Amino acid sequence: MSALSLKGITKAFGSMPVLKGIDMEIENGEFTVLVGPSGCGKSTLLNIIAGLEPATGGTVEIGGRIVNDVAPKDRNIAMVFQTYALYPSMTVRQNITFGLECRNVPKREREAAVTRVAALLQIESLLDRKPSQLSGGQRQRVAMGRALVRDPLLFLFDEPLSNLDAKLRVEMRMEIKQLHQRIRSTNVYVTHDQIEAMTMATRIAVMHQGEVQQFADPDTVYNRPANLFVARFMGAPPMNTLPARIETAAGGVRAVVGRGETAVALPLPAAFAAQAGREVVLGLRPECIAEEDRRFGHGGERVTLELPVEMTEPTGAETIVLARLGGERALARVSPDVRLRSGDRGRFVLDMRRACLFDPGTGALIA
Amino acid sequence: MPELLVIWGPLLLAAAHIVVFTAWTVWISFTASTLMPANEFVGLRNYSSVLATRNWKIAFDNLFVFGGGFVAFTMLTGLLLAILIDQRIRGENVLRSIFLYPMAVSFVVTGVVWSWLLNPGMGIQKLVNDFGWAGFRFDWIVDREMAIWTIVLAGVWQAAGFAMALLLAGLRSVEPDLIKAAQIDGAGPVRMYTRVILPTLWPIMVAVLVILLQMAITTFDLVRALTGGGPGIATQLPALVVYDFMFQRGQIGRGAAAAVLMFLILLGVLVPHALFKYARKRRAADA
Ligand SMILES: Nc1ncnc2c1ncn2[C@@H]1O[C@H](COP(=O)(O)OP(=O)(O)OP(=O)(O)O)[C@@H](O)[C@H]1O
Ligand SMILES: [Mg+2]
Repeated sequence: MSALSLKGITKAFGSMPVLKGIDMEIENGEFTVLVGPSGCGKSTLLNIIAGLEPATGGTVEIGGRIVNDVAPKDRNIAMVFQTYALYPSMTVRQNITFGLECRNVPKREREAAVTRVAALLQIESLLDRKPSQLSGGQRQRVAMGRALVRDPLLFLFDEPLSNLDAKLRVEMRMEIKQLHQRIRSTNVYVTHDQIEAMTMATRIAVMHQGEVQQFADPDTVYNRPANLFVARFMGAPPMNTLPARIETAAGGVRAVVGRGETAVALPLPAAFAAQAGREVVLGLRPECIAEEDRRFGHGGERVTLELPVEMTEPTGAETIVLARLGGERALARVSPDVRLRSGDRGRFVLDMRRACLFDPGTGALIA
Repeated sequence: MPELLVIWGPLLLAAAHIVVFTAWTVWISFTASTLMPANEFVGLRNYSSVLATRNWKIAFDNLFVFGGGFVAFTMLTGLLLAILIDQRIRGENVLRSIFLYPMAVSFVVTGVVWSWLLNPGMGIQKLVNDFGWAGFRFDWIVDREMAIWTIVLAGVWQAAGFAMALLLAGLRSVEPDLIKAAQIDGAGPVRMYTRVILPTLWPIMVAVLVILLQMAITTFDLVRALTGGGPGIATQLPALVVYDFMFQRGQIGRGAAAAVLMFLILLGVLVPHALFKYARKRRAADA
C-alpha cells in the first residue's frame, strides 16, 4: 500500500490550467521532493494533497483511502510552511499542542507529546516563549515540532527553509534528513532549490508548467534526465546542451559538434551506434569537461581537446570555465590550480561515457 | 522639496488654528466672560460652577452609559458583520457598501430619521400596533431612563459599518498560511476565530476602540437631532452642555470651562493610546 497516490490530478484557476494531470505513487518512508521553477504549481499540488484546495479533477489517496472529500484535519497529514505560520498569540508549547487540543486529547497526553517532540528537536528551553521571541531557525524547529507531535502518515513541507540564511539552511537541511532517517516518516517536500532536492530526496519529481517532467531517484534525474528541461534545470552550473550529429566512422560512434573548420568530433560509447545519422542535442555535465590530466573513475571514452577560453569564474573549490566547443558555448569545471585566462587556449579532457542524447524536436532523452 | 513646501503651508496654518483656539478657549475658561469675552481672571470659578450644575453631572454620567454602550455594541456588531462577510459570501461588495453607507450619512440625518422611527406616535411602535399587536410598546425615546439607549442605538447603526470595514480589512490581512495551519490542526470555526484569527487582530481593535471613543466623547449633532438632549435633560452629553452655556445662556466662560473638561476627557483616551502605541513600537524594535 502506498502512502500517497495521486491519479490524474488537474487544477485550473478560472480558465488557467495550473496542473495538467499529475500521477504519482509514493511509498511509505519515502522522501519525495517536488522541485521546479517558480509558478509551476508545486504549492498548488501540495495544497491539494493537504485538502486546503480542491482539485479540479483526479483522486488523492492517502494510506489507501480516497480523501478527495475529507477535510484537511482528517487526512492524517501535517504541514510545515515557508512562513512557519506559528500562532503569534500562543506560546511554543501551545503552538505545538494546538492540534492535539483541537482533537480533544487529554492534557496529560499532550504534555507527554510536547516533552517527546521538544527533546527530539532540542527546543525544551523555548517552550514558554512566544514566536516573536524566537529566531528564524528556532521558529523553523517549532513549526517542525507542530508537525511531528501528531505522528501523521504524511508530512508536507512547502519550502520550509527558504526564509533562512544560507548557513542555517544547510544545517537544517541535514537535520531534516537525519530526522527522516531516524523516524522513517513519509515526506513530500517542495523546494525550488535543486541542491536541497538532490541532497534530501529518495525520489525527485521535477515539475514544469503543471506537469511532472521526471519522477525518479536523484542519481537518475541527475545523470539520465528525461528531457532537456530537466537536464537544464537540475545541476548548477547546468548541463551543457550542444546541437550535434551522430556519425559512425572507422574508430566507432562519434558526435560531431559544429560545422566546417571549428567542428569537433567526440567519441561516444558503442551503445549509441543505433542513433547514427541523427541530428541530436548532446548533453554533457560541466564536470565531464575538465583539465587535461584529470582521471575519471573509469577507462572509457575520453578525448582531449584544445578549446578557446571565453571566461573563467573561480569559486574557490573549483573554477568554472566558459569555453567554445565546435562554435558552441560549453561550461567546464576545472581544478583551481589550472590558471586559465580569457583568450587563452586550454587543453581539456572530456568524459564521454556520461553523455546524454536528446531529440532536438521533442527534447526527450533518446540515449 | 517643492511638494513639501506646498503641504507645509496649510498644515502649519491648520495647526496654528488648533493651537491658538485651544489656548484661547483655555484662557477664556479662567475669565469672567459672559456674553462677550472679557479678560477678568477668576481662577477656577467657572470650573467649580460647571461641575456643580445638574446639567453637567447628567451629561458626565450619560457619557459613561453612552460611551460604553456605543463602543461595546458598535465593536460587537462591526465584528459580527465582518466575520459574516469574511465567509466569502456572494454579493459581498454590495453588502459591504450597504453596511458602510450609514457612515456617509450626516449624523443630523441619522438623528432625524431615527427620531421618526422611534417616535411612538408615528414610528416602529405605531407600525407594530397597526399590524394588530396593540399592546406593543417601544417608547424609549420619551422615557427618561431609556432615552439614552436610543442614542446608543442610532449611533451603533451609524458607526457599525465603519467598524466592520476596518475589522474586515484586518481579517483579510491575516496571513493565509496561519489559517491553513489551523485547518490542518483541526480548528473548527469558533476556535479558528477565538484562538487564531482574533488574537492577531487586537491592534486594529484598539485603533477602532479609540476612534469610537473619540466619536462618543464629541457626540453632538446626533443628540441634537434625535432628542435635543431630552426628555428634559435626560440625554444631555458634554458637547451639548458646552453649546448650551455658550450659545443659549450666554456664559462663554463656563462654556469654555466645559469644553476644556471635555478636552481633558479626550486626552484621557488619547494619551494612554499614544503610550500604548509607543510601547508596542519599542517592543517590536527590541524583538
Ligand atoms: N488562488 C489562485 N488564483 C489564481 N491563480 C493562482 C492561485 N494560486 C496560484 N495560482 C497560480 O497558479 C500557478 C502555480 O502556483 P503555485 O503557487 O502552485 O506555484 P509554485 O510552484 O508553488 O511557485 P513558487 O515556487 O513561486 O512557490 C501560478 O501561476 C499562480 O499564479
Ligand atoms: Mg510555492
